[in-house]
Order: sequence, then structure tokens, then C-alpha cells
Amino acid sequence: MTIFAFFLWSLAKVAVVTVVMLLGIAYTVLLERKLVGRIQNRWGPSRVGPFGLLQPLVDGAKSFLKEDLIPAAVYRPIYLLAPIISLGCALIAIAVIPFGAPGMGPHGFDLFEISNINVGLLVILGITSIGVYGIALAGWSSNNKYSLLGSLRSSAQLISYELALGLSLVGVVLHAGSLNLRTIVEQQATLGAATWNIAGGGQILAFFIYLMAAFAETNRSPFDLPEAESELTGGYHTEYSSMKFAMFFMAEYGNMINVGCVATLLFLGGWTSPLGDLMGPFQSNFLNAFLPLFWFVLKVFLFLCLYVWVRGTLPRFRYDQLMNFGWRYLLPLAILNIVGTSLWLACR
Amino acid sequence: MHLILFFLFAGFCLAGAINLLLQTHPINSALSLIVVMTSLAVLYLLLGAEFLAIAQIIVYSGAVMVLFTFVVMLLNAGREEHTLGSRAASRVGFPAVVVLFAVLATIVLHMQGLGAAHLGEGLSNAPGQSNLELLSQVLFHELLLPFEVTSVLILIAILGAVALAHAEGSKIGASERTAEK
Repeated sequence: MTIFAFFLWSLAKVAVVTVVMLLGIAYTVLLERKLVGRIQNRWGPSRVGPFGLLQPLVDGAKSFLKEDLIPAAVYRPIYLLAPIISLGCALIAIAVIPFGAPGMGPHGFDLFEISNINVGLLVILGITSIGVYGIALAGWSSNNKYSLLGSLRSSAQLISYELALGLSLVGVVLHAGSLNLRTIVEQQATLGAATWNIAGGGQILAFFIYLMAAFAETNRSPFDLPEAESELTGGYHTEYSSMKFAMFFMAEYGNMINVGCVATLLFLGGWTSPLGDLMGPFQSNFLNAFLPLFWFVLKVFLFLCLYVWVRGTLPRFRYDQLMNFGWRYLLPLAILNIVGTSLWLACR
Repeated sequence: MHLILFFLFAGFCLAGAINLLLQTHPINSALSLIVVMTSLAVLYLLLGAEFLAIAQIIVYSGAVMVLFTFVVMLLNAGREEHTLGSRAASRVGFPAVVVLFAVLATIVLHMQGLGAAHLGEGLSNAPGQSNLELLSQVLFHELLLPFEVTSVLILIAILGAVALAHAEGSKIGASERTAEK
């Protein structure tokens, strides 16, 4: 494969993945509105298109056509930079996520992952830690007390829960002996669902720690204090309007999808089927290429449904409860999980 | 390709560092420092130290600089004011930096001379091997004792910080209690 062909293929891959990601974000919003609607015994959006399926397009058009208002007292350069950082970090993380079987392209080109990096997991954590700036700077530069309170809450929450999040992943890394996401998935595939990290890997505790830390990381209910409407009007994005607000909104849902992808890769066997290697490669190349893609999307979809389900059922935490829970329960539990996993691996 | 990336990110790094000095608003300086840290991470990556690069981003760009920006936001620091001291510092500081840089450059030239630089020579990992493995071998096997002693040192620092904060807090609490009486 020449370097030129490689470049063209990679460019096409990046374009397709970005478009699919943006569509995914739009339809995650619809999924949330529909599911929360059903939980609250109403229909949710149902007027635009069949079953309201065209609603995301109309929402996007609405955000574009709204007046873009920049308050007079904001600190302009940073006010304009903040939504770009937020959305950028949410979209970049997908670059290291493998969403299908390796190879599959012409000349063994990796069709279903943008770049295969040997420290892929750390890259995702690094991008998440940069994403904090979007929210922190948005709140500060808006020159508004609600925004500042929201962004302070959010930054403190992100920093606290990032520890538990990172430590909960260490067990998985110990188990796989690698930070490469492909290796981590392939190591879980041997006996299918029985050897997924959540079951046979013995990482079910880590999965629940990750789940709770991830809810806090993405500022979602029951940890949605940074944008608690009843206390802070809109939190860090109070002063943003039109597409800039939409960018924060998209960043939030993009992060939800990223978290779903990471959980799928690390705990739920990634793109492998519940039968794993037991259901060997098929005769048809089409099935071999697209069945893994189907399993991956299905797992991420179920994870997103879980997200919405929790949002529809649980009330919001109080701020001190949130901090207590993160530092006093999640962090020690995560450390305990590391010690337990190490002992188990050493004695095995 | 490596050379282009090196010049690009070395340029970013220097521009960020100069911007850090020239900006009068503290938050702009803090943001420039983030640019410097992140470009440094890319330079580490070019040297073949992928773990170090990501650790640099997570620890410095992510955690340490968030605290910096936090402090700047909470203190609501205004624009920098030029006093006699700061003017004198800039007069003396720039020549001093030039001299320091000249000394360093002389030493480096003396050590290896002009010609091809040998980058990443200290990393002896085989092609397929991650330098994460080498790093953990060094940290947790060959230099285990110094590593653990360092962690104890950090623990002591944390305990000291907690003790200081606690002492102040209890004093304030006591004065409030006397005020209530």
C-alpha cells in the first residue's frame, strides 16, 4: 500500500467516523428524550417524521437559526475558545477507539479504528483531563456568578472522580497486561461472555466504580450539579446561546458515547460477540467485517439506555454527598479492587 | 515527517513560553503554560517516550494546570501592575537568560559538537516492546527502594498540608466560638 493510498484511506476513515459520531450524538439526544418520555408515561417527540425520527435535524436547524448573543461583560477570547475545547475533546477521543475487527481493509489496512496506539487507554484519560478546561474556562469567562459556581463545581467534581475512574481501570489493565485497547478486547474474547472482564475477569466491582465515576465525569444525573437548573439557572453555559450552547450540549452527549465505548471495550468484550472465539470466522467476508460492528454498536446502545434509565429514575445528589461519596467510598473501593486483582493474579 | 513535527511543536512551545511572559492577564499566562506543557508532551512522543508524553498531559496539563487556573479564578487576580521591582527584573532578567542560554549551548556543543543529534539513545527498547515495560522494570525492580522512599516523602508532604490546614481551621473555629460567647 503506497503512502498516498494510505493517506487517502485514513482521511476517508476520519471523515466517516466524525460524521457517524455527530449523527450518533444527535440521535442520542433523541433516544434520551424518547426514553425519558416513556419513563414519565408520555410519548416524547413524535411530530417530526415517523416516530419523531427527524427531530434531531429540526433541533440542529433551530440552534443554527437562533440569535448568537455575546454578553458585553464576557472575556471574549476565552469565552469563544471554551466551547471549541469542550467539543474538540469530546470528538477527538473516538480516534483511538477500535470499533470493529482488526484489519479488514485492503492490504491489511485497519478499517475499523482510526489509530492503533499502544497506550490507547491513557490517551483517552489524557483527553478527558484536558476536557475539564472547556467547562472551567466557560464559567470563568462568562463573568456571571451562576456560571462561575457551575464551573467550579464541575471542575472539582471532575478532578475528584477522575481518580476513582482511573484507578478502577487499573484492574483491567493488570488483567490484560497491556494498555492497548485491541489487546484488552482480544484477551476477553477467548470464551465469549464468560471471559468478559465484567464476568470471568472478576472486574464487576471495577465496572460499577467506573459506571458511577463516569456518570460524574460526564456531568449526568444523578451527579448533574454543574448545571442544576433549580439552583444555578444553567450552570456553566448560562451565558451561551445558539450554536455555542449547542456545542456544549453536543460535547456532553459525545462524552456519553465515549464513556459507553470505553466501558464496552474494557468490560463488555468490545466488538466480540457473546460467544467470542467459540463462534469462529464465517465464510462470508461481509459478515466477518460487519457483525463485530453490530455487536459493538449494540453494546454501546445498551449502555446509553442504562445512562438514560438512571437519569429518569434517580434524583440529584447534594454537593457534600457527592464529594463524600467520591472520596470516602469510590476511591478506597477502587484501591481495594487493585489490591484484590493483583493478589488474585499473583496467586493464580 | 518527524522533523516537520519537531519544528512545529518546538515553535508552539517557544511561542507559548514567550506569550506566558508577555501576557499581563494571569489566566492568559496559565493557558500559555498549558500550551507549553502539551507541546513538550508531543516532543517526548517524537523521542519515542509515549508513556512519559501521556503522563505529562495527564499530570501537568490536566491536573496541575487545572489547579493553577482554579487559583487564578478564585483569587480573581486582575491585570499585572508594573512596579519598580518588576521593571528591574525585566532589565536584569533578559540578559541573564541570554547568558544562561549561551552557557548551556556552549556546554552542549562542547559535549557532542555540531552534527547529527542522537535522539532517544537512552531508550533501549526493542522495536515491538513498549517503553512502559522498561520503565516499570526500572521503577519497581532496580530502583524499588528510592521509588518507595519518594512515595513516603510525598505522603509526609500531604499529611503536613492536612495538618496545617486543620490547625488553621480549628483556630478559626475556636475564635468563632469565643465570638459567639
